[in-house]
Amino acid sequence: MRGVLFEWDIQNMQQKDSWLLPDGIEEILPEDARHLESLRHKLLELFACWGYDLVIPPFIDFLDSLLTGSGHDLDLQTFKLTDQITGKMLGVRADMTPQVARMDAHNLKHDWPTRLCYVGTILHTLGDPLEKTRSPMQIGAELYGHAGKESDVEVIRLMLEMLAITGLLNVHLDLGHVGIYRALSRQAGLTAHQEGELFDVLQRKARPELAELMESYTIANDLKAMFLKLPELNGGLETIDKARAVFVKADEDVKQALANLEAIAGQLTSRFPSLPISFDLAELRGYHYHTGVVFAAFVPCVGREIARGGRYDNIGAVFGRARPATGFSADLKLLSVLSKQSFQVEQRELIFAPYSDDAELNEKVRDLRAQRQAVVQQLSGQTGSAREQGCTSILEKENQNWVVKPLASATAPGVALLPASLQS
Amino acid sequence: MLTIAVSKGRIYEETLPLLAEAGITPIDDPKKCRKLILQTSRDDVQLVIIRATDVPTFVEYGAADLGIAGKDVLLEHGADSLYEPLDLNIACCRLMTAAHKDAPEQRGRIRVATKYVKIAQSYFASKGIQAEIIKLYGSMELAPLVGLADCIVDLVDTGNTLKANDLEPRELIMNISSRLVVNKAAMKMKHAAIAALLSQFEQTLAKR
Repeated sequence: MRGVLFEWDIQNMQQKDSWLLPDGIEEILPEDARHLESLRHKLLELFACWGYDLVIPPFIDFLDSLLTGSGHDLDLQTFKLTDQITGKMLGVRADMTPQVARMDAHNLKHDWPTRLCYVGTILHTLGDPLEKTRSPMQIGAELYGHAGKESDVEVIRLMLEMLAITGLLNVHLDLGHVGIYRALSRQAGLTAHQEGELFDVLQRKARPELAELMESYTIANDLKAMFLKLPELNGGLETIDKARAVFVKADEDVKQALANLEAIAGQLTSRFPSLPISFDLAELRGYHYHTGVVFAAFVPCVGREIARGGRYDNIGAVFGRARPATGFSADLKLLSVLSKQSFQVEQRELIFAPYSDDAELNEKVRDLRAQRQAVVQQLSGQTGSAREQGCTSILEKENQNWVVKPLASATAPGVALLPASLQS
Repeated sequence: MLTIAVSKGRIYEETLPLLAEAGITPIDDPKKCRKLILQTSRDDVQLVIIRATDVPTFVEYGAADLGIAGKDVLLEHGADSLYEPLDLNIACCRLMTAAHKDAPEQRGRIRVATKYVKIAQSYFASKGIQAEIIKLYGSMELAPLVGLADCIVDLVDTGNTLKANDLEPRELIMNISSRLVVNKAAMKMKHAAIAALLSQFEQTLAKR
């Protein structure tokens, strides 16, 4: 009896599960794919208009190379395999930013600002905690070779433009600066371990735990007071003034970081007077590789940021050339889903052409396609009406000429709308 | 509109006075009605009543802007994607190991019954003990009695349940209390409303 059940299970599983995809991996069906591709095209066009050149980094790379710079964060997230030729470890990219930085530092080697953009699938071993995806489509832009606030402002503006083209309303910008925490830690002489545990507590703004940690550290009371205030330093523009009061006794680096943040915010508010901007000085996203301002965009009804970025100077050093760098990225798949919610997907125009050997018909079809009109030609003996196939108009012979006629929308679905000449 | 996720039972009861101080009183009593969304005396605040272990999930996704959850639940959930700015000092208890009162100290690999799989794993790992975790959903105290496990990891309040089953508390893993958790996006986009609520809670807590 057990054996019988077992075989049935196997058979059942084979039938049932052969379609099954791994966790966090997805297929994108025609309508969504069309929407995503049109968005991808628009965004790359936008980047091109801002002078950002498209690059295509490899999907798979030596692990050492993938994990430089931001290594600590990406190691666990990277799918790994052994290269059969060299025996070295390969990784499937979990983030394209280090690859693009390598292209700038190792291949392009310009002495002027370099602007690059990219789009492609990346893979993560662990699903995103919220979206659950393990295969986001990363889209982003990076600006290398300029250390001033102007380049930060430029990439933030470009990110906002990207979200505008995506059709997202009520975008909210959040600004932080990892330089503040970095300088404070240095001033306090924290060990790497302490810096790590403090980082964890600050990421959660867990004030009770922060107080416990400060209790246990032997650092100056002034510095303790500053660390204790960090989780409260968030909110509107007034945050900067509050911070200035808190950091009176901090060293010059902290003050410089704060001034840098204020200057960037100032330029953004004058360019986008109605954009809601908030500040969060305990925001340490990407702390392991960011060096300056960090930013993120939020929209209502999504529990966390939808695009993020920041300054990460010196990432190119391991590839032979330290360069200032700043940039942002987002998941194009998520943007595509969000943008579908905010506006109607464009109706696709598709013309149905009957099956025939008529030379004039074939010429007409060729002409239409040459004019970038979509034509689907009937195959002999096929099933399915023009409407069922999603066509919006049909080629019909009228007075010896083939003309495009819109499909009447009032017709009941399922009625074959073949030309009279073909129905007989 | 602010949505606050609270679990039924002890946490709910002990949260009510805190909310009341902030001018928030639920219009319905969850014990008497089956509504899952409770309107309150404040137009801009509603409560959602959910299971304690679901609170971090709701808040993480932004389905609720704030939530009240035990530190045990947060640790087990792995709530890196939440802010937990306040210790509300309510629903206090201890997370402990417990074993049969006559059981000797176990050496080598041990079996532990608990619903706190992650916490138990990392606790025993930090002690250098290899532990096999058996996930249970309730009546943990039974496990050592029927030979299912050498010890348990569970919340201990009065210790009466342990005593009634011939168990004794052994090691304290940590003191537990409920925390106020906040969704990261809400903290930024609804900053004024949330900051006001936080400071009201803080004032109330300071008075206690």
